[in-house]
Amino acid sequence: MGISTMEERLARLRGYLEQALVPQRLDIVDHTEAHGHDPQANGAGHYLIRVVSSRFDGLSAIGRHRLVYEAVAPMMPADVHALSIQAQTPAEAGTH
Amino acid sequence: MNDALVSQIETLLKSQPVLLFMKGTPDFPMCGFSAKVSGILKESKTPFATVNILEEPELREGLKVYANWPTFPQLYIGGELVGGCDITVSLHQSGELQRLLEASSNKVDQPA
Repeated sequence: MGISTMEERLARLRGYLEQALVPQRLDIVDHTEAHGHDPQANGAGHYLIRVVSSRFDGLSAIGRHRLVYEAVAPMMPADVHALSIQAQTPAEAGTH
Repeated sequence: MNDALVSQIETLLKSQPVLLFMKGTPDFPMCGFSAKVSGILKESKTPFATVNILEEPELREGLKVYANWPTFPQLYIGGELVGGCDITVSLHQSGELQRLLEASSNKVDQPA
């Protein structure tokens, strides 16, 4: 069967984000339950992504969000319906 | 994406200074993120138009490619993609959104 468990999904999501963004910090919060009422989601997940990466240096909010969405594109729309994204550069996050 | 769809999108974007592509309508939003953004626009007291992409499947897929943005809502001001829910909320909190909205409605009010 093609349906992955919540844990597998989370691990794959983390894997794609780490590969593409090489983040200094990455927190993923599963908000799927909170949006479980959304008939458009068809069982795909909602996740809050807090990510600090030097790949965001010099990029606008739009550009940063596009990078995050590109990273997880293989999981959309089957496993990921939508993301909430908080994308910071290392300088903004004070992790330098 | 075919040319007809691109020109349909461009005509739509030119026709409305503030245009929100959303799931449902401001009165009956079908998704929490769409509800949030249309709520912020209502609160802004500036005019805006919406398109319910649930009723426009071809437009919905076309916009994802056109905007290089895979989700809805999508908010456009002056024909430019401002962002989805997160970016709109953050611009709203900083006051920047109100400035953008007022600037775009002033443009419309000026005689041609």
